[in-house]
Amino acid sequence: MTATTTASAPAVARSDRKPATRARSVKRAKAVSLNGFAVLIAVVTLLPIFLMISTAFKPSHEIYSLTPHLVPSHPTLGNFRQVMSGQVTGGIGSVWLFVRNSFLVSLVTVLIASTLALLAAIAVARFKFRLRTSFLVMLLVVQMIPAQALIIALFLDFKKLNLLGSLLGLVIVYAAQALPVTIWMLRNFVATVPKELEEAAAIDGATGPKIFFRILLPLVAPGLVATSIFGFITAYNEFILALTFLGQNHAAYTLPIFLTYFFGQHGAAWGPIMAASTIYTIPAMIFFLFVRRRLVGGLTAGAVKG
Amino acid sequence: MPGLEQQTALMPGLSGGRPEPVRAQLRSFIRRHKLAPYLLLLPALAGIALVVLWPMVQMVIYSFQNYGLPQVTGALPTQWVGFANFTATFRDPVFWLSLRNSVLFAAVAVPVSLVIGTIVGLMLNRLGKKMSVFVSTAALLAWATPPVSAAVLFYWMFSPDGGVVDWFLSKMPHWLVGSTDWGQYNWATTGALPAYTLISLLVIWQAFPFIAVTVLAGLKTIPSELNEAARVDGAGPWRIYWRITFPLLKPIYLLLLLLSVIWDFNIFTQSFTIAGLANSNEYNLSLYIYDKAFTFPPTYGLGGALALIFALILLIVTIGYVRSSVRQGALT
Repeated sequence: MTATTTASAPAVARSDRKPATRARSVKRAKAVSLNGFAVLIAVVTLLPIFLMISTAFKPSHEIYSLTPHLVPSHPTLGNFRQVMSGQVTGGIGSVWLFVRNSFLVSLVTVLIASTLALLAAIAVARFKFRLRTSFLVMLLVVQMIPAQALIIALFLDFKKLNLLGSLLGLVIVYAAQALPVTIWMLRNFVATVPKELEEAAAIDGATGPKIFFRILLPLVAPGLVATSIFGFITAYNEFILALTFLGQNHAAYTLPIFLTYFFGQHGAAWGPIMAASTIYTIPAMIFFLFVRRRLVGGLTAGAVKG
Repeated sequence: MPGLEQQTALMPGLSGGRPEPVRAQLRSFIRRHKLAPYLLLLPALAGIALVVLWPMVQMVIYSFQNYGLPQVTGALPTQWVGFANFTATFRDPVFWLSLRNSVLFAAVAVPVSLVIGTIVGLMLNRLGKKMSVFVSTAALLAWATPPVSAAVLFYWMFSPDGGVVDWFLSKMPHWLVGSTDWGQYNWATTGALPAYTLISLLVIWQAFPFIAVTVLAGLKTIPSELNEAARVDGAGPWRIYWRITFPLLKPIYLLLLLLSVIWDFNIFTQSFTIAGLANSNEYNLSLYIYDKAFTFPPTYGLGGALALIFALILLIVTIGYVRSSVRQGALT
């Protein structure tokens, strides 16, 4: 395609339309190479994910064959069956148990974090008060403190409270850690609701709770959904806290801990590992596609506007 | 009943003989002292204080104590040891090795992901609609892959156990890839360099999409007349980028840089899954803290001192992040 366009260019070089044709073919060649480069990037990016999913469907003799195949020639559900039955996992349970744990922890975390964060976001977006700026700066700093810096103290505290090895302990820490980002994001959503609407409702005699449920909440709802999905993904992906808190309590494992445990115990069972990994990954991808439009603003905290 | 409530709310002074005087009084008290924002903040603030601020204080305390297993069980008393934990840390060669690994890793992964992210962002800006959705969706999926899944996946791709990378390298001619027996090469366990090369590729694969879409969002805010005027004046794409695009996107780049440094300096999930705790040559600071605190016998005091050093290093970067956020009006 490119070759013919560029080759034909010198042939018409002597005609009157020379500059226009040439410019067009140069433009065309540029577009083709740009799109070719784009396809290359997309393919390289997708390759690992593709390998994960295709390996999950491969029988073991294909996985360990000396020449890797991109697509399974005899696709099988055997790997999925193994992780679902829990036979290969050293007896710690079916993958569904860990799916359930992960979803439960993430959902409860999001419910708590979103409620608390919405209240705080209203305070920050609607009121001027003395400690407002300090509070916002504190959020920015707290958001950047990594779990590694706190993990020893949290571990010892939760040990004293007898909350290690339980999903409740994880939910408490996850919810608190989700707060700064959630407040930051919700603050912008609350600020976009015109204050006049609430004032008009107040003049019509609506009280605080009524204004909140009838006016603010419906208008903030899309933002609330987006921030909730963010919070969900963060909790769903969390690793170091779950690793230290859950310890040897296999029944409470979340998916990432199950996956590393499985990987440590059966390092060579790549088929079942990739099947478990696929089951873990797909929901995260679906959630990401839901919030794709809002992915930028949330993380750069107001640096990119519009 | 709601009608009555509204009246009391609107006329707090007249509510004396009504059925809910306490509630009304409370309401007017809140209003008079402007307590509403503080009450709304309270639950969130309590959560953050209990799970982040208080543990931070405890970490500082532990770092000056001989806190370990006997102290937790009460077999031995807890003693203040001054700076002993810090001097012990600075004397430990593993600390310097971990610090080196962390710094070198960030020094490679951050700029490479920024450059790749920028190239992809600029490309997305020029692609047609369908193509741009295709590429950005592909990038999004890499970003969306949970870190543990991604780490296990990359470990396998780079393992001698049917991994594609070793297979590919073993098929290459020796003059190109050296005479290593690539078919049996274990990237994760051979040493710090191959392990962190693998981790860098993994982290870059997951980080460039965020940078690309952020750069793209920035590019959309630049009026197209600017680029066109420059093009008419004969400026090439390289010149346009450095003279127009980059100066306008500088604040965004500053934030991306600071965030990337913090994230890459912190990595634990990937280094734990791939390098693990088996080989202290492959530690980074996060793994080192984890090892000090949770490998038997646990030394919480040493771990606390380390965590404090770690947090202080990050604080320097965080101050930069906060300042640049504030400068861009994030607090208004």
